[in-house]
Amino acid sequence: MGYLPHTDAEREEMLSAIGVKSMADLFEAVPASHRFPSLNMPEPLSEMEVAAELQALSEANEHAGDFALFRGAGAYHHFVPSIVNHIIQRGEFLTAYTPYQPEVSQGTLQAIFEYQSMMCALLGLDAANASHYDGATSLAEAVTMALSVTKGKRKKIILSHAIHPQYREVVRTYHQGRDVRIVGDGGRADIADLVDMLDENTAMLAVQYPNFFGQIDDLRGLAEKVHAVGALFVIVTNPMALGLFKSPGELGADIAVGEGQPLGISLGFGGPYLGFFATRQKYVRKIAGRIIGETVDADGHRAFVMTLRPREQDIRRDKATSNICTNQGLMALAAAVYLSAMGKNGLRKVAELNYHKAHYTADEIDKLNGFEVVRDKPFFNEFIVRCPVPVEQVNAHLIEQGIIGGYDLGQDYAHLQDHMLVCVTETNSRAEIDAFVSALAELQK
Amino acid sequence: MTEPLIYEISASGRIGVNLPQCDVPESELPSELMRDELALPEVSELQVVRHFTRLSQRNFGIDTTFYPLGSCTMKYNPRLNEDVARYDGFAKLHPLTDEAGAQGALALMYQLQTWLAELSGFSRVSLMPAAGAHGELAGILMIRKYHADRGDTKRTKILVPNSAHGTNPATVTMAGFEAVELPSDENGDVDLEALRAACDDTVAGMMITVPSTLGVFEDQILEVIEAVHACGGLMYMDGANMNALMGIVKPGELGFDVMHYNLHKTFSTPHGGGGPGSGAVGVNEKLLPYLPGPIVDIVEAPQAEEAAPLYGWVMPEKSIGRVKAFHGNFGMHIRAYAYIRAYGGEGLKAVSEHAVLNANYIRVKLHEAYHVPYDRICAHEFVLEGRFKGVDEVHALDISKRLIDYGFHPPTNYFPLIVHEALMIEPTETEDKVTLDAFIDAMLHIAKEAHENPELLRSAPHEAPVSRVDEVRAAKQLVLCCQPALPQAETD
Repeated sequence: MGYLPHTDAEREEMLSAIGVKSMADLFEAVPASHRFPSLNMPEPLSEMEVAAELQALSEANEHAGDFALFRGAGAYHHFVPSIVNHIIQRGEFLTAYTPYQPEVSQGTLQAIFEYQSMMCALLGLDAANASHYDGATSLAEAVTMALSVTKGKRKKIILSHAIHPQYREVVRTYHQGRDVRIVGDGGRADIADLVDMLDENTAMLAVQYPNFFGQIDDLRGLAEKVHAVGALFVIVTNPMALGLFKSPGELGADIAVGEGQPLGISLGFGGPYLGFFATRQKYVRKIAGRIIGETVDADGHRAFVMTLRPREQDIRRDKATSNICTNQGLMALAAAVYLSAMGKNGLRKVAELNYHKAHYTADEIDKLNGFEVVRDKPFFNEFIVRCPVPVEQVNAHLIEQGIIGGYDLGQDYAHLQDHMLVCVTETNSRAEIDAFVSALAELQK
Repeated sequence: MTEPLIYEISASGRIGVNLPQCDVPESELPSELMRDELALPEVSELQVVRHFTRLSQRNFGIDTTFYPLGSCTMKYNPRLNEDVARYDGFAKLHPLTDEAGAQGALALMYQLQTWLAELSGFSRVSLMPAAGAHGELAGILMIRKYHADRGDTKRTKILVPNSAHGTNPATVTMAGFEAVELPSDENGDVDLEALRAACDDTVAGMMITVPSTLGVFEDQILEVIEAVHACGGLMYMDGANMNALMGIVKPGELGFDVMHYNLHKTFSTPHGGGGPGSGAVGVNEKLLPYLPGPIVDIVEAPQAEEAAPLYGWVMPEKSIGRVKAFHGNFGMHIRAYAYIRAYGGEGLKAVSEHAVLNANYIRVKLHEAYHVPYDRICAHEFVLEGRFKGVDEVHALDISKRLIDYGFHPPTNYFPLIVHEALMIEPTETEDKVTLDAFIDAMLHIAKEAHENPELLRSAPHEAPVSRVDEVRAAKQLVLCCQPALPQAETD
C-alpha cells in the first residue's frame, strides 16, 4: 500500500524486538476514549488512477497553455528555460532539508549564496537573505525590521496605495497585534502626498516600482526626503523590470523586497513563489530569515554556512527577529538557475521584449474608439486601459475567443471602475496581441 | 575539491538561453530611468547545468541517504506528485483567474481542506499559510482576535512549554503577546502544577506540540487542555508531529481549538533544501469565523445529481485577514492531495503506525549504548543523549559529524533544549528494515569509537565534500555575497 516498504515478517520481527504484540500496543499512552477514531476518507488509488484524477482536475482550468493570457497584477507568465525545472528536480536539491549540517549541504548553501549574490547585483544592495514566503510577506517582514531599526520608538508606516492591494492586506494582518499605524494608502495619495506625511514618528515609507499599475515613478530624490526624518525607505520591486531600470540601491532604498516569481517560477495558481529581501550591510543583523555566508572548512577550503544565526527563532526564541523557519529554498534555487542562464544580457533582452510588446499593445488599443490607455507615467509590461463597458463584460467577451483579459482594477480601487490592468510579456506573440486587440475592437463604442 | 562560484566561470558575451527576436516595432526607452550596470554572470547553458549538477552532488538528500532529522519528517517524496503538480492546467494557471475558470484548482483545494479537517477532527481548514511557522502566526492571531472580539483584552500571555520548538515563542512575540515558559516534569511532560499555577485570566492560550518534542504521547494531555480551557484560554497544537497521529487520534476531539499541519512533513511534499512548505491551519467552531482567508467553499449547490457544485472564494466573517498573497502554496496542495489519494484513510493510519514502529525499533536497539533520558514507548521519534560517561570531549555534534562518514544524514542536534546533548531521531515510515539496521550498526560503531578513539569523532567528517566548517569565522568576517569577477575576459 502507498509507499510503505515493510514485509509482514519484518513487521513481526520489529514488534517483537520492541517487546509488544501488535501495532495497537504502541499507542497505549493515547487517551483510550479518543484512540483510533474512524476516518471518513476515500479508498487508496493506484499511481495511474491518481494521475488520471489530477489530470482531469487540471484540465478543468482555463490556463496559459490553452488561452492567450494578458493578466499580471503580481503574477507573470514568463518563459521558463527547460534547465530550471531539470535542476530543481535533482533529488539531492529537492529532497534535502534546511542546511543545518553544512558538511553535507554545500550544494544548497553555495546555490543560495549565489542567489543572494545575484539578487544583490540586481537590486543594487549588499545583503540579501535566503528568501521569504512571497513578495507580500517580505514586505510585512520589512515593516518588522523598520520598527526594530528605529528601536520600537516610531509607530508610523507609510504605504503607497500603488503597492499591490494584497501585499498591503498582508502587512495589516501581520501587524494587527502590534502598536503601529499603517497610513498613506487609503485614497489616491501620490508620492508627493506621502512625503508630506513623513515625520519624526515615521519608521518607514514604502513605494512599489514599477507600481501595481505597471508605472515607473521617478523616485530620484525621494530617499533623501525619507532619510531626512530618520525613516527607512523601502522599495517593492519587480525583478524583471530591473533588467532595464535603475536599481532600488541606486535610488537610495534601505530595503528592497518583492516577488521573485518572474525569475523562472511558473504561475502555479499563486505559489510556491519567492519573496526576496535585501538591505544595506549596516542593517544586516536586523534581517529576518536565513542568511548564507562564506567561510572555510578545517582544511582552509572555501565553504558556506548559515550565518548570523543568533537572530533566528531556534536560538533566540521569543527575542528572534521573526518566527520564520522554512523559507522558499527551492524557489531561490530556481531563480539562481534562471539568472545564471539569462545573465546580464539575457535579462536585459527579456525585459526589453516585455517593454516593447506592452507598448505595441498599448499603441494598438489606443487606436480603438472608447478604449483609452492611461499614459501619465512611463510603464514597463503592464498598463491601465479605460474600457467603454465594465471589465467583467470585456473579459466575458474575450474568454469566448480564447483570451484571458486584464485584471479588473475596480475590485480594489473605487476610482478605477471600468479600468483594466493589461499585462504583456515575452510569451505573448504578435499574433496573440493582434487577436486580443481585434477582440477588443468588437466592443468599440 | 571545491566548485567555483558561477561568477568565476563567467566571461563577457556568453548567454545560457536562446531568446526570440522582437516581433513588434520597438518603442523608445526612457533613458533617464535606465540602469547602466547589471553585474549578472555570463555563462553558457551547459556551464549552468554542469555547475548546478555538481553543486547538487555536494548535498545529502532523502533520495541518496537515510535522513533521520527529528521533527522534520524526512519521508520519501513521491515522484508522481512532482509530475502532477506540473500539469499545464496547474502550472500555467494564473492566480487571479476568474472562479469559473479555476474550478479544477478550487475543487482540489476544497477537497484537501475537507480531508485535512476530517483527519484531525476540526470544523474547517485554511490552506493559506506557507509554512508551519506561518500557520502558527495565523493561529495565534486568531486567538488574539477571538478574545478581543469578546472584549477580553487583559489576556496578554501565551503559555509555552520549555520543550517547545523555537518558532512557538517567536510566534507569540510576533502576534503581540508575551511568551510564558512552563517547566517540564521528571517525565519530560508539562509540569501540571506549574501549569495550573500559571493559568489565570491573563492567559490567552497555550501552544503545545503533540506528541511532544521528546517524541512521546503525554498521557496527561487531557488535563493540560482542561486546565487552560478552565481559565478561559484556547489551545494551539503545533502539528509538526502529526505523522504519529493519523487515524490514531484527532486533535480536535482531544479539545484543541486550532492547529497547523505541515504538508511538507506529514504529507510528503519535498523540503527543497529549506522550503517551500505549506502550513494549513484547522480550527473548531469557536475559531471558525477567524480563519485566514480567503478559503474555498461551495457557493452554488450542484444543479443535477451527478454534476459538480460551483466552488468559490469566501472570506470568513471575522477573518484575521490575508496572511499571504494569492492562495497559499498551491503547488504543495496538489502534492498533498495526490499523497492522500494514494494512501486513502486506512493507508494514512498505516503510515502513522509504521512511523512509530520504526522509531521504537531504533530506540530499543540503541538504548543500551546510548542514554535515552525518557525511555518509554515513543511516538514517531525519540531523543537520546549524544554523550558518554568518561569521554567528556565527545559531544552530540561529533557523533553527528561521524555519522556522515557512515553515509547517513545526522539527526537533529541540541533540540529539545531540555535534554543535554540531544540527538533527535525520526526515521519515518518509508524506511525499510535493512536501512534501519545499517543505521543502528553505524550508531553502535560510533559509540565504540567514542571510547576507543574519540579524536576520530572530534575531527569528523572525513568523507564529506568539505571538512568541518568554521561557523565562527562566517559570523565574524561577514561575506554574504560574492563580488563579480572583474575585469572579465572578452570571448567575442
